[in-house]
Amino acid sequence: MDLFAALVLQIIYGIANLVLISIGLAVIFGMMRVINLAHGEFLMLGGYTVVVATNNGVNIWVAMFILAPLIVGLIGLIVEWCLIRFLYGRMVDTLLATWGLSLFFIGLITTIFGAQTATTIAPPFGAITIGEYSSSGYELFLICIAVLMIILVYLLLRYTKLGLVARGTMQGADMAASLGVSTQRVYSTTFGIGAALTGLAGGLLAPITGILPTSGAIYIGKAFITVISGGTAILAGTASASVLLGAINGIVAFVIGPTMGEVALLLLAIVLLRLMPQGITGRFFKRSL
Amino acid sequence: MNRSRETKALISIGIIGLIILFGAPHSLDLFSVISLTTAVSLAILALSLGLIWGFGGILCFGQTAFFGIGGYAYAIAALNFGGSTGAILAALIVAAGSAAVLGYFMFYGRLSDVYLAVITLTVTLILYSVIRRTSGPEYKIGIAKLGGFNGINVPPINYPWDATQFLYPEHVFYVAMVALLLAYFLCVWVTKSHFGRVSVSIRENELRSELLGYDVRLYKLCMFTIGGAIAGLAGIMFANSIGRITPDVFNLYNAALAIIWVIIGGRGTLIGPVLGALVLFYMTSFLGQQSVVNINLFLGLVLIVFVLVVPKGIVPSLIQLWDRRRSRRMTARSAKKMRRRGRSRVKEISVEE
Amino acid sequence: MRSNVVLETRSLSMHFGGVVAVDRVDFSLRENELRCLIGPNGAGKSTFFKCITAQLRPTAGDVVIRDFNVTGSESHQVARMGVGIKTQVPNVFDGLDVEENIWLSASQSASVKRARVITSEVVERLELGEVRKSPLGSLAHGQRQLVELGMVLAGEPWLVILDEPTAGMTQDEVVRTADVIREINQSATMIVVEHDMQFIRMIAQKVTVFHQGKILVEGNMDEISSDHRVREVYLGHRKSS
Repeated sequence: MDLFAALVLQIIYGIANLVLISIGLAVIFGMMRVINLAHGEFLMLGGYTVVVATNNGVNIWVAMFILAPLIVGLIGLIVEWCLIRFLYGRMVDTLLATWGLSLFFIGLITTIFGAQTATTIAPPFGAITIGEYSSSGYELFLICIAVLMIILVYLLLRYTKLGLVARGTMQGADMAASLGVSTQRVYSTTFGIGAALTGLAGGLLAPITGILPTSGAIYIGKAFITVISGGTAILAGTASASVLLGAINGIVAFVIGPTMGEVALLLLAIVLLRLMPQGITGRFFKRSL
Repeated sequence: MNRSRETKALISIGIIGLIILFGAPHSLDLFSVISLTTAVSLAILALSLGLIWGFGGILCFGQTAFFGIGGYAYAIAALNFGGSTGAILAALIVAAGSAAVLGYFMFYGRLSDVYLAVITLTVTLILYSVIRRTSGPEYKIGIAKLGGFNGINVPPINYPWDATQFLYPEHVFYVAMVALLLAYFLCVWVTKSHFGRVSVSIRENELRSELLGYDVRLYKLCMFTIGGAIAGLAGIMFANSIGRITPDVFNLYNAALAIIWVIIGGRGTLIGPVLGALVLFYMTSFLGQQSVVNINLFLGLVLIVFVLVVPKGIVPSLIQLWDRRRSRRMTARSAKKMRRRGRSRVKEISVEE
Repeated sequence: MRSNVVLETRSLSMHFGGVVAVDRVDFSLRENELRCLIGPNGAGKSTFFKCITAQLRPTAGDVVIRDFNVTGSESHQVARMGVGIKTQVPNVFDGLDVEENIWLSASQSASVKRARVITSEVVERLELGEVRKSPLGSLAHGQRQLVELGMVLAGEPWLVILDEPTAGMTQDEVVRTADVIREINQSATMIVVEHDMQFIRMIAQKVTVFHQGKILVEGNMDEISSDHRVREVYLGHRKSS
């Protein structure tokens, strides 16, 4: 029974992990159909912000919840302003340019901080015990954060003016423009918010994974698959894809091993895309957020 | 480019290729020859991507997957068979087969550009992360241990069907260079064939090709499989040039490099990516030896600049410039002719009067 | 004129979410007919066109071509049956030249040698000789439409389905197209989806009027013009005299 609880917790954490690393990408993809290949680097930059700040005396919570999203959000705005805006509508070129950006960031961070780990920091919260098994309290914390993030984005989209404008632009950019919405501003803001969410996630994950300039690469595969399998509805897509893929990943990882868990995730995604090329929310939950 | 110019260009390429083939081992030291062998194998990889992307319109970010699969399959087969002849064939079949399977799921699911790119990238990344973790002795196929992040030591190529006669490095170079030349001219032939022309039309307008009666999914699948086979061939040569195959062949950096070769060299030509690979190989080797500029930084900037400013790549842009100069010269020449004719006509009139 | 039915739809429906674009349409086409489909914007003509050419999979109902049920097939399979299809927005190979465009169509069903012959014939027939080596992207809209028509012809189809073939054409080009269409009709059955009433008058035999996803009325040009329901449906649109 305890094993079961620990396993379930593991799986739920896996799902939450996917949500955390994907939601920023989903916001950007849902809005602009841009697949930002530098997404992993945004996660990495968030992680570096937290590690460097904490090692220099800043309170870890401030670093995670304020500094990381702020800095990476700002970087996102700069990237949008200097690069993405020239490539609107050119999906393939955006993919390529953001890949160049990804390499650029890796190179930049390596130059500044060196290629080794910039000293890990210990995860706050110790272990919690469920009967004979102990799970990480921090993982539980992250699960809560993931849920909060979904709620936050939902509230933002549903109840704020920005959210309304964003949804309008997503459904019809021309229409929105003719109603006086500056689609340029919407895109910039969206990119910035997506980056900030990603920076936050990267900062939160830093204590668990340790940070290298190349940390981003670990995440992008999973983040992309989740976003693409989810489809264009930001929340419903991310949530449904995370649940499906995370569950399979967790179960297979438990039965066979973590490596096969990853393989299972990829295989499931390929099958899903074969059946539903527009993503899950291309077929179900079509009108949802 | 019109027909005769193209033929001339192809002949020149063939001649240069043959010169390099026979000339290099005599004029370069051993280390350089081995380096060149590696460069040549990467050029074959670039060629495969140049074919499927430039002509087939298939944006595959994970061509390194089939490159690596080819290399690993060769190593495993060679160790198990005890010789290289059958191993080469086996590796090609495995590489082509994997491309066919992945291609089936992607193209029959009608996945388009962007999704295709991301899925293929993820495949190569997953291969990287999975094979890296196979260090333990229990991970093996036949008698070949996968070796985790250390990879597999590749038994050297031997003369066909004689496992005791190994090839010297210069001879490995010959094999690789011949492979490049054969692969190149095979690709040229493919692009000129009916199949190739239809693939180009699919790249131009998939719907129209479909409405003409072409099964777009099947054409893409075949093109992708051919590309996978050529990438596998590249992997086999690569493994032999270095003497070992490691999971690094699958990583993000190398996957990006393949794309960069094609973008820089020129999408839409076959020689462009080959040259792109060769030039960048030496450039990155050089950069890797100094520590002023980080390679990733440099490559990232190069990629961004090219996408924004020189999207066609170097070779097509050069061809365009050349064409423009030619036509300017020709219009200048014909303008001259017209002026001369005009003048002589005036002379006739004035003489008549 | 033989009276066997070469294309029919049985209770064909196409739903997009809550929108019913085509509503249980029963349609039948006889051999050698030249049928025009007309109707105001949003009437469902183009959706119907996409359903019968397998570009869309109908929500319900069947499409039968020469006794083969092609519902749910892929569009290349329909094209291979000998159906020539021209889409509303010209779908051509912009980066390739006129000859290559037409050759690609011809070579799908004919041998490479015969394809070259067919290509020259089509180029001549449509008077495209001057631009044969020009890339499609550099041609005017009307010419691109003409080339697309040529591509359809090069496939030597027995059934030709055209969606707004004269959109964006000059008056001369429209007249030329009408001639070409009448010529094609001598050896092929045709469906023409159109807006331009003047053009319809030039070619129409039987006309099917669509409205709100259903067939409103069918008849020849005179019957249609004097039908009060058709007038109502087109009220607000400029009445062609």
